[in-house]
Order: sequence, then structure tokens, then C-alpha cells
Amino acid sequence: MTTAAKSYDSVSSEFSPWTDSNATPLIQFQNVTKRYGDFVAIDNLSLDIYEREFFALLGPSGCGKTTMMRLLAGFEGLTEGRILLGGKDISHIPPNQRPVNMMFQSYALFPHMNVEQNIGFGLKQEGKSKAEIKDRVEELIQLVQLQQFTKRKPEQLSGGQRQRVALARSLAKKPKLLLLDEPLGALDKKLREQTQFELMNLQEQLGMTFMIVTHDQEEAMTVASRIAVMSKGELVQVDTPAQIYEAPKSRYVADFIGNVNFIGATVDSIAINKDAQEIEATLSNNTLVNATTTEITEIKQGDSIWLSLRPEKIAVDKAEPEGDRNKLKGTVIDIGYVGNVSTYHVQIAEDVIVKAQRVNRNRLRNRQITWDDEVWLHWNEDAALALDK
Amino acid sequence: MKVTRFTWFNATSLTLGFAFLYLPILLLVIFSFNESKLVTVWGGFSTKWYQQLWENSVYLDAALVTLKIAVVSSTMAAILGTVSALVLHRAGRFRGRTLFSGMIYAPLVMPEVITGLSLLLLFVAAGVAKGFWTISLAHITFSMCYVTVVVSSRLVTFDRSLEEAALDLGCTPFTAFLQVTLPVIAPSVISGWLLAFTLSMDDLVIASFTTGPGGTTLPIQLYSAIRRGVSPEINAISSILVGVVTIAVVIAAISSHQAERRRARNEHLANS
Ligand SMILES: Nc1ncnc2c1ncn2[C@@H]1O[C@H](COP(=O)(O)OP(=O)(O)OP(=O)(O)O)[C@@H](O)[C@H]1O
Ligand SMILES: [Mg+2]
Repeated sequence: MTTAAKSYDSVSSEFSPWTDSNATPLIQFQNVTKRYGDFVAIDNLSLDIYEREFFALLGPSGCGKTTMMRLLAGFEGLTEGRILLGGKDISHIPPNQRPVNMMFQSYALFPHMNVEQNIGFGLKQEGKSKAEIKDRVEELIQLVQLQQFTKRKPEQLSGGQRQRVALARSLAKKPKLLLLDEPLGALDKKLREQTQFELMNLQEQLGMTFMIVTHDQEEAMTVASRIAVMSKGELVQVDTPAQIYEAPKSRYVADFIGNVNFIGATVDSIAINKDAQEIEATLSNNTLVNATTTEITEIKQGDSIWLSLRPEKIAVDKAEPEGDRNKLKGTVIDIGYVGNVSTYHVQIAEDVIVKAQRVNRNRLRNRQITWDDEVWLHWNEDAALALDK
Repeated sequence: MKVTRFTWFNATSLTLGFAFLYLPILLLVIFSFNESKLVTVWGGFSTKWYQQLWENSVYLDAALVTLKIAVVSSTMAAILGTVSALVLHRAGRFRGRTLFSGMIYAPLVMPEVITGLSLLLLFVAAGVAKGFWTISLAHITFSMCYVTVVVSSRLVTFDRSLEEAALDLGCTPFTAFLQVTLPVIAPSVISGWLLAFTLSMDDLVIASFTTGPGGTTLPIQLYSAIRRGVSPEINAISSILVGVVTIAVVIAAISSHQAERRRARNEHLANS
């Protein structure tokens, strides 16, 4: 078996400056700590972000995402450490002198100015000529599709329209680094996908570096070159979207991105394969399972571990699959139908429910597996990840 | 809401209440059109007191002085009051903040006689010639705290991220204030200014302590005239004041009603 330690980076293999030891980062957080009184909002955090990256920050509410952006934009002073931009320490440079623009979570549109004036505000401060400002503003208005609303005040716009004005305003000066704090939250799905696409295009055309906060994992997976998962002011894992999804380093990360099943198991044997471990383990009902890790961990023989299994990697069948491993029997207790796929909630033991996903190839009325059916769950031997308990 | 039915009790108390409030003013207005010089005896309709008023330069001069003082003092009070509101709101917890805010708000509750007396003592001690400027200074002193109160209450709901956005887009703190903060809080500064203006127009007590040559305001003029006996002329000028105030109140009501309608329309637009 040679499945372990594989890299899931095939998608973004062309652009990966973080693997290049000669590349100089655009932004460096060096042991940055930010305290509000006794409360530690950012805790001794170090991070490199490279030019042309689309860097996504993910994490639960209050974990410090906005604070990171405010530190970068210069609205908050840091308590310890320093922040470098292009190798220069910018910790003490005021916000108006940083080549950084921010789109605020609250939009912060100027209420006394109309859409055009809001978007052109930054250019006016730069002392650009009227004609130049007009051209650029028109371009941006096209981009965010606000042609009919150029003369309206923010209070005359809907939430989504305001969000687009805020986005256009932050793009106007073509900053080296653009900070987007939940930029697309108020848009409907169609417009959001379109804007995501536009953002990615822009970023490629202009060679800008984007840092984005989002609560939408799908969005992060779509746009980001790398994702940082945060918890309580610390970075838990920084990796490409594929790595974060396929090779989370902790239960926290696995749980945060996408759906996942955690099943308790005990380690029987461990084999080292390159820089990963291949584990054979036993579940509490004596089923034998295979699991892998993505790096050498502290897991030892006899340890309790979590078997982490994504629902889409588990097959559901009525017939018993061949082999004596990586399979479980149970009863369907619930079916979640979302159109293209169905999620089967299968009770394995009294307190263990495993979710498995199946693409709906048949029409709903021809569904083969239904409530209270006895089914077999099974998965490939490289599907399960072993995580420290 | 429950519809209140007509009862004699309600009707009577309403009439009595309004009569209590407006009968004196109504009498004043009526008697300003009295032909007779006697204040309490009706001698037929006439507008002669208004004509006489127009020809009497004493009152016109006093009105002009009052207006000038009101403009000067309310403008200064608006500037100083806004600055102090900003400091109170922005500076966070500096040492002596409580003392500072207490000192700004103190004139609100200080008896006018004491404010007037202390200012008089100050001006005398400093050897300043009393008159136009001393009254203006005195009015700035007591009316700026009203501006501070009004502007402070606006700043509480002011979104600081607007200023941050301005800084982010290249403003210096000063240009951010001029281009973003000030326009947004302007309505409260203006209503503070109006408040200071009316306070200055009304004031008798502090003005009489700090007045001097060239500083005879309308209230002072009226008060000294009344001491010589009430005349229909005074009724006339008072009626004019009542008229001006009524017009101002009506204009304010109409414009705020229109602002409300505009806001409702905007909301409607935004949701469409
Ligand atoms: N000015 C402040 N004073 C004190 N605590 C603050 C301040 N600003 C933020 N915090 C705290 O710092 C923590 C991180 O806040 P931050 O705004 O960065 O969260 P976030 O990750 O952006 O959350 P959300 O997803 O809800 O926007 C929070 O617990 C918050 O209460
Ligand atoms: Mg936030």
C-alpha cells in the first residue's frame, strides 16, 4: 500500500510560492500578539502571505479574523511582534500611508455621498484628475453592476447593493493588498458566484494580493490559494484548500470544513510509509479498519484515535460487500435529501450514527434504500484519516 | 389604540389646560391692537403701536444688537461645544475625564445669577470694558455646554468605521474629519447652534450682569421699559416675537416631517 503521504496539491501545482524557499513573502506576521486589556485576541501568531495569493481566513465568530485585518490595515496597534510588508516593518505606519485597502464587514459607506462619490473617494484623495476618476469609477460600476444606481445614497440601496459599492470602493485604488472582510455575505448565490469569479479574475489581471474572511467554506475552497483555519486567536492549520479538506491535521479542522464522521478506534499496528503512518485499528465492535495520517504523529500502538471519514467517501449498499475490513452494518434512521445527493444517517451502535452520501442517480420515487432498511457501509482503505484523540 | 369617547370632563379639562397655557399670550396679542393707551381697557382696533415701534429706533437697535450677539455667541459655542464633545467621546479614559465632563456640564445646572455674577466679577477684575463682547463671551460660556450635550448624543451612534474607511482610502485624520465626520454630524451641530442661538436671544439675567454701553439687548430694553409701566408698544413687540417663534416652530415641524417622508421613500426605494 502506497497511499499515504500523498500531496493533494495537483490543482494549484503551478502557483505555490509557499513551497519555494527562495520566494520572499509580501506580508509577514512575526510573533504578533494583540491584547485588549487582559483578553488575547491574537496569540503569538506567525504567518507568511505571498504576492498574488488569494488567502482565506476561516474560523468561528470571535476567533480574531477581523482583528488580523485591522492590524494589517493599521487601525489597531499590535501589542507584541511585528508585521512586515514587502520586507519593511509597517507596524507603526498610519493606515493612510499603507498600500492596503480594506472592505469593511459593516461596509462603512459614507452616508452623505452617492454611489459614484463613495467609489471615487480614494482616487480623489490621491489627487487624480476629474476625468481619470470618472473613467475608473465607471469601470468599477460596470464591474459590480450598479449602473442604475450611480446617483443614489447608501440609504437608498439594498444590503447587497451596498456590499457591491463597498467592494468597488475598496478596489478603486488597486492596492497591493486588498482585505475583504466577508465581502459577499449579503449577495444571493448567483451573484455571489459571479462576483467570486470576478474577484479571481481581477486578482489575476491586476496581480493583487487578496486576503478574504468568509463564513462560507465553499467560497473559501473556490477562491483561495491557501486557507488558514483559526481558533481563539491562533492559526490551527494553513494549507491549500485540497489539503485542508483531504488532510486536516486535527479534529477541529476536519470538523470545521465540510461534513465528517468521527468514529473511535484503537490502534493495532503502525507502519511508516515515507513521511506518514499507515495504521491498522479496531473499532469497538471488533471491525478491522485501515487509516492513514498525513505526517508522522505521536500516535502509538494501543492508542485511542478518531477515525475521520467524509460522508461522500462512504458507500451505502444493501448487499454485504466483500472483504472483512472497512465496512459496517446498520439501520437507516434518516435521509437528508438536497436534490443532487442524499445523506443517509445510519445507526451503527446505540450512540454511533454515521453519515454517508450517495449521488441520486435514480429518481426519488425509485429510491432503493429507504427508512429502517438494514444497510452496509463500506469505504476504500485509504479513505479514513487517523486523528489524535 | 383605544378611541377616547367625548365626555364633558375631558372637554372641560382640555379647554382649561389650553386656556391656562395660551390665554395670557392671546390677551397680549389682542391688546397690542388696542387703540387705547390703557392696557386693560379696550378702545377699538388699531395698528398704531406697530407703526410707533417701527419709528422707535431704541427697539430696533436693541433687536439688532441681540441678533448680532446671538449669531456671534452661538457660532462660537457651536465650534467649542463640538470640539469638546469630540474630545469627550474620543479621548477614551484619560486621567480627569470625569472632572472634565462634569465641568463642561456644570453650567447646565448652575443658577444663572451665579454664572452672571461670577462673569461680572471676572470682567471687572480683568478690567475689560463691558458691552457687546462681554455679553457675547458670557453667552458662549453658558451655551456651549448645550451644544456639547446635543453633539455628544449624536456621536454615540456615529460609526467609527466611517472614519477608518476614510483613513484607509488615504485621508489624514484631519481631512477625514472635514470630509466625513463633520458632514455626518452636521445636523446635530446645527441644532446645537439653533439652541445656543435661542438661548442667547432669550437671556436676560446673564446679559444684565455683563452688559455695558453698546450692549443693550432687546430683553434688557423690554425689562427696563416694563419697570416704567406696561405699554401697548411692549405688547406689540412681544406679539412680533411670538409670531417669529411660531413661524420658526412651524418651519421646523414641516421640514422634519418632510425629512421623515423622504426617509420613508428611500427605504421604500431600497427595498424595491
Ligand atoms: N476593541 C475591542 N476591545 C475588546 N475586545 C475586542 C475589541 N475588538 C475585538 N475584540 C474581541 O476580539 C475577539 C476577536 O474579534 P474579531 O472581530 O477579530 O472576531 P472575528 O473573527 O472577526 O468574528 P466574526 O466572524 O464574528 O466577525 C472577539 O472576542 C472580540 O470580542
Ligand atoms: Mg469579523
